[in-house]
Amino acid sequence: MQKEKWQLPENGSEGFILPQQVGRRKFLTYMGFAASVAGASALLTSCDKDDDDNTGVNLGGGDIGILNYAYALEQLEAAFYTQVIASQYTGISASELALLTDIRDHEVAHREFFRAALAGNAIGSLQVDFSKVDFSSRTSVLNTAKAFEDLGVAAYNGAGKLITTKAYLELAGKIVSVEARHAGYIRDLLSNGSFADNTVVDAQGLDLAKSPAEVLRTASAFLKTKINASNLPTS
Amino acid sequence: MHPIYPPLKFNTMNFFDMIRNIEKVDPEIYERMDTRRKTMQQFARTGRALALTALPLALGSLFKKAYGRDTASVVGVLQFALTLEYLEAEFYTKGVATAPIPAGPPLAAITTIRDHENAHVTLLKTVITQLGSTPVAKPTFDFSAGNGSNNGPFKDVFTNYALFLAVAQTFEDTGVRAYKGQAGELMENNDILTAALQIHSAEARHASHIRSMRRALLNNTTIKPWITGKDTGGIGAAVQASYNGEDLTTQAGANIVNIGNTGISVAAASEAFDEPLTKDAVLAIVDPFIA
Repeated sequence: MQKEKWQLPENGSEGFILPQQVGRRKFLTYMGFAASVAGASALLTSCDKDDDDNTGVNLGGGDIGILNYAYALEQLEAAFYTQVIASQYTGISASELALLTDIRDHEVAHREFFRAALAGNAIGSLQVDFSKVDFSSRTSVLNTAKAFEDLGVAAYNGAGKLITTKAYLELAGKIVSVEARHAGYIRDLLSNGSFADNTVVDAQGLDLAKSPAEVLRTASAFLKTKINASNLPTS
Repeated sequence: MHPIYPPLKFNTMNFFDMIRNIEKVDPEIYERMDTRRKTMQQFARTGRALALTALPLALGSLFKKAYGRDTASVVGVLQFALTLEYLEAEFYTKGVATAPIPAGPPLAAITTIRDHENAHVTLLKTVITQLGSTPVAKPTFDFSAGNGSNNGPFKDVFTNYALFLAVAQTFEDTGVRAYKGQAGELMENNDILTAALQIHSAEARHASHIRSMRRALLNNTTIKPWITGKDTGGIGAAVQASYNGEDLTTQAGANIVNIGNTGISVAAASEAFDEPLTKDAVLAIVDPFIA
């Protein structure tokens, strides 16, 4: 049963359907307690990949938009770690090489998973810009990795509430804790004990959560391809 | 039998229209409510037998059954989380006070984690209170996992540093899985869902660090910051239940092993996704730790 709920539509045309697990909010929306069927129509109209009015790659709207957003970030991370392993920094230890290779594989797995799950709704491959990274420098590589991992965690944490389909939320949950494990490890490589310091976990013990707009502002420094997130849900 | 109430807009015919419309949006509506036939029969009966004013009430309970999640269930999740946070908070508080944790980075790290767990307890108590409920009381814990005998398999946990880290790892990995399993139950409340996600990833950072500490202490490179298969990281059968199911390598019907011809191994495919645990599974895992 669970698996069937995961079947995403093949394309954005008339075959596009609402996720079968209709969330309570969407249900109430449908029932006319809110703005009629706004949720549904947003989904129906938002999967157009190449909206002409906006430059860049359109992530789309609704849950598909959020999945594409995650896919974009995973593309960025996967490309980064692929480069890290292909041109290893000076003085990399065997342990670091092994675990950074693991991280590369995790990110590639995430990227490929989203590509497969989104199928016809997936955005294309993004062009990255790592010109600011010195791949021969441990500090440069690990600082960039730290930024990406913390950003990824905050991105998933912030996007969770925007997801209306329970199964997608659960999927995001399965990935975000792995990103947090990466973040903890990378931070410890830079400074042992900084895995959850007060720059990422506040006095209430809460990790960061960021909106897609905030996240993409940071991520765009590493992307040649422009991302259009204007159709993403905001609440 | 017909009541003499003023005619309501809401009547059984509207109901059937409505339900047909819902069906278009949510094809599984009948599965949520039982079967289609049972639902229709029930409503045909309800329409005849009940006063018309009672119908919205019956409908409300039916939809509640179908779509679940009222405040009570959110509070239930928070009480469950609070119990786990009590466990972790007391474990680290006691550990910092009594366990032979080396001074310097190890003690600093355990202290950081202790502070987070105590903060989680405070936060959850506050939210539960704000929702109009009383936070559950802190149970009496037995960190030997002896069900109150204090003579369980981990009876040296506060005198044996390696064992302390092993139990810490299990608590963190289990905590991550427990929050993950409950996220879906919090979807109706954005603020609470977000806070739960923020706690969840903080726990995963803890898990990562504790695992790195064990990797270094035991000089064992098979212990990684992430979970490989359903491996306990050398802790053994006593904690296997915390890791069962972590070896999943398919997600949403997609086989992650070698997905897209990328050479992703079985180990990497399982590591790349942490798996949820049900509330019942978590309660069974922590049961030996509760007196």
